[in-house]
Amino acid sequence: MTRLTTSSQLNLLRKEILARGEPGRLYITICSGTGCRAYASETVRAAFAQEIEKQCLENKIELKGTGCHGFCEKGPLVVIYPEGILYVQVKVQDVSEIVTQTIHRKIVERLLFVDPLSGEKILHEEDVPFYRHQYRLVLGNNSRIDPKRIEDYIALDGYSALAKVLFEMSPEEVIEQVKYSNLRGRGGGGFPTGRKWEECRHAPGTIKYVMVNADEGDPGAYMDRSLLEGNPHSVLEGLTIGAYAIGAHEGYIYVRQEYPLAVENVNIALDQARKLGLLGQNILGSGFDFDVKVHRGAGAFVSGESSALMTALEGKVGEPRPKYIHTIVSGLWNRPSNLNNVETWANIPLIINRGAAWFASIGTKGSTGTKIFSLVGKVTNTGLVEVPMGTSLKDIIYKIGGGILNGKKFKAVQTGGPSGGCIPERLIDSPVDFDELTRLGSMMGSGGMIVMDEDTCMVDTARYFLDFLAEESCGKCTPCREGIDQMLAILIDITEGKGELGDLGLLEEIAEVTQDASLCALGQTAANPVLSTIQYFRDEYKAHIDEKRCPAGVCKALLSFYIEPEKCRACLRCLKNCPSEAIVGGKNQIHVIDQEKCIRCGICFDVCPDKFRAVLKLSGVPVPPSLPVEGRTIIRKRTAS
Amino acid sequence: MSPKTTKIMQIANQPDDGEIDRILYTYGGDKSSLIQILLDAQSTFHWLPQNVLRRISEQLGIALSEVYRTASFYKALSLVPRGRHLIRICMGTACHVRGSPRILGKIEQFLNIRAGETTRDMRFSLERVNCLGCCALGPVIVVDGEAHGNLTPAEVEGILNRYE
Ligand SMILES: Cc1cc2nc3c(=O)[nH]c(=O)nc-3n(C[C@H](O)[C@H](O)[C@H](O)COP(=O)(O)O)c2cc1C
Ligand code: SF4
Ligand code: FES
Repeated sequence: MTRLTTSSQLNLLRKEILARGEPGRLYITICSGTGCRAYASETVRAAFAQEIEKQCLENKIELKGTGCHGFCEKGPLVVIYPEGILYVQVKVQDVSEIVTQTIHRKIVERLLFVDPLSGEKILHEEDVPFYRHQYRLVLGNNSRIDPKRIEDYIALDGYSALAKVLFEMSPEEVIEQVKYSNLRGRGGGGFPTGRKWEECRHAPGTIKYVMVNADEGDPGAYMDRSLLEGNPHSVLEGLTIGAYAIGAHEGYIYVRQEYPLAVENVNIALDQARKLGLLGQNILGSGFDFDVKVHRGAGAFVSGESSALMTALEGKVGEPRPKYIHTIVSGLWNRPSNLNNVETWANIPLIINRGAAWFASIGTKGSTGTKIFSLVGKVTNTGLVEVPMGTSLKDIIYKIGGGILNGKKFKAVQTGGPSGGCIPERLIDSPVDFDELTRLGSMMGSGGMIVMDEDTCMVDTARYFLDFLAEESCGKCTPCREGIDQMLAILIDITEGKGELGDLGLLEEIAEVTQDASLCALGQTAANPVLSTIQYFRDEYKAHIDEKRCPAGVCKALLSFYIEPEKCRACLRCLKNCPSEAIVGGKNQIHVIDQEKCIRCGICFDVCPDKFRAVLKLSGVPVPPSLPVEGRTIIRKRTAS
Repeated sequence: MSPKTTKIMQIANQPDDGEIDRILYTYGGDKSSLIQILLDAQSTFHWLPQNVLRRISEQLGIALSEVYRTASFYKALSLVPRGRHLIRICMGTACHVRGSPRILGKIEQFLNIRAGETTRDMRFSLERVNCLGCCALGPVIVVDGEAHGNLTPAEVEGILNRYE
């Protein structure tokens, strides 16, 4: 790679790269994102390489490992270009057939995606309902490029926004554009990005910093990971543009160590960008210097908060500090510092290339552009979903997500991470944007969307989040540390059947103090999961407290399992699987659960064959007395042969 | 600390200063790299024994109490020895609603340890984490960096038996 020293050299390089790929050339792309890797996509990829070599097709077919396509549910995903044919759940055994058919321009029917509604096979990736209803501005290139090759990014107009900014725009003009686009931070708060940049640019001081927040602490959200792993240069280009606009020459990428592939791909990207002169001294000969360091986070949710993150970058324990002065003015080493989320940065090149007005025309008035959501939990098509802001929850969950898993009934969707809220079924037509979600008592957060079905207990869900937050609170300030602990203690009592009449009032009271008096947003929002579940699912709380009943059948202390004697066929399944040896029975002996020994794990309930369904889950009612031993023998009629 | 853990600490390896210095060297003795150095030491030694923390404190000129504070703050850093294989089970929201508590129960029962502990034969350590970024495949465990998704309790034994 030779260093590029002018913007026209970049254009030339792009033309060269494009000229190398002859039109109509066959590509087999396989997703190498973390999701598909869990389904052994790397082995499948190796098998493709071998097969192509075996059939001597290296000159005819090119193999490419890409970033996450988003449809993780059906991985490993293989797409054949130029046609864009999608094969799902590809295994090593399928590889040789795919290669042979592809070279003859034929299709392997059995590997196509089948639309569960119509039963039809779908040929092209873009026609699959999961993709068809999306608008993949930021995520789209993930499936087209090999994240380890800067050439792939450049071929798709990569770094043209940077060149434009460096040679055609003043820093003020860049800030104007970002402000006009109305882009709001994708990291949770939804703060207007342009205004933040402007403030940082005007903050006194000569040394300033820009940073990428890739801590992605919200459990259930993984879009930042997929972007960094699958298209690291888009984040890097955005960051460099931001640095130019703000007047920073040093940048940091703070990425959690749980994401080793993201760290690897980012480091490769930085290296390649440096070699091409797109990073470092005198970028593209413009006279602008900028370089980036990667910092790995060591696993602490609270370190994703801006002041904590900057403290961690200094090598100290990543705890929040009081922000009498904003980090924009006094952040890392007490210098002006601008922190944005991964997805925020990845939007910047789009705004520069396609214009702020275009960007502002997408989405809603208050929330422009698209947002990537990680649609997970009890939904049929789990994965990453990018839609214009303002798309309804219903469209996301049903049109794209394919509805609830196993035909169950929808109960709620949880957004906003651990400090978000649960939105009930009756509000499912609500459009999703920053302000609307806040109005509903939840928030955007980083874009996790966890779908819950009728088998999810909302009190247990609130307990779960508080448990998470109790563990993650750094403990520096009392309202957060004690408030969360006390709310958690009450919730545990309720789920264990020890709830009392005044508990809900008490929860609301503690919630208010925790919100008002905590130092950082972790504490300030910690009560959201409690308040939103009380608001929308008060009945469920009541059932736990007044009737000692868990309607969803989740809270163990309020459950019992019981085998209906009339239905039990003494098949021994549950008896063999019970980890606690709580099931009494034998061949031709109706099985009975010893309630004393039962640990309520529910394994018997799961393993009882569908044709019998003899195990009942009871809550709020007494367990019927068990059959006397004498009456347990089953006399089977012999069927005449 | 349980007697079991103390016993394990005695038999676990004690890295010598040379090994620690090699890590320190790559960061040029920069104080602000403390967390990065601890992470590297963690991945090289699988835990952070006392002598490692001491050496880092001396070489960087950071008080031992501060080094200890950092090492005990972060989840990725361990002050007790870990087994040959590290099982990380996701207890994040997406995995939770898809049944991770039952996977955890199954692993704890199978290995006869609780989360946060190491088996007596030093074969496995088990840790709960909040999200592994494979949320679409919940419930997920990651063993030595290798992810296993869409797990059922019945599959647990088969998977763990692959790691000697
Ligand atoms: C407890 C806590 C954890 C946070 N974790 C993250 C995170 O993992 N990723 C992120 O981008 N922002 C996170 N934030 C928000 C950041 O503080 C900050 O607002 C954001 O990175 C700014 O970027 P944006 O303007 O592009 O959204 C967190 C905030 C709090 C209070
Ligand atoms: S609100 Fe909680 S997490 Fe934030 S500084 Fe206070 S104790 Fe720490
Ligand atoms: S919630 Fe389990 S991997 Fe994200």
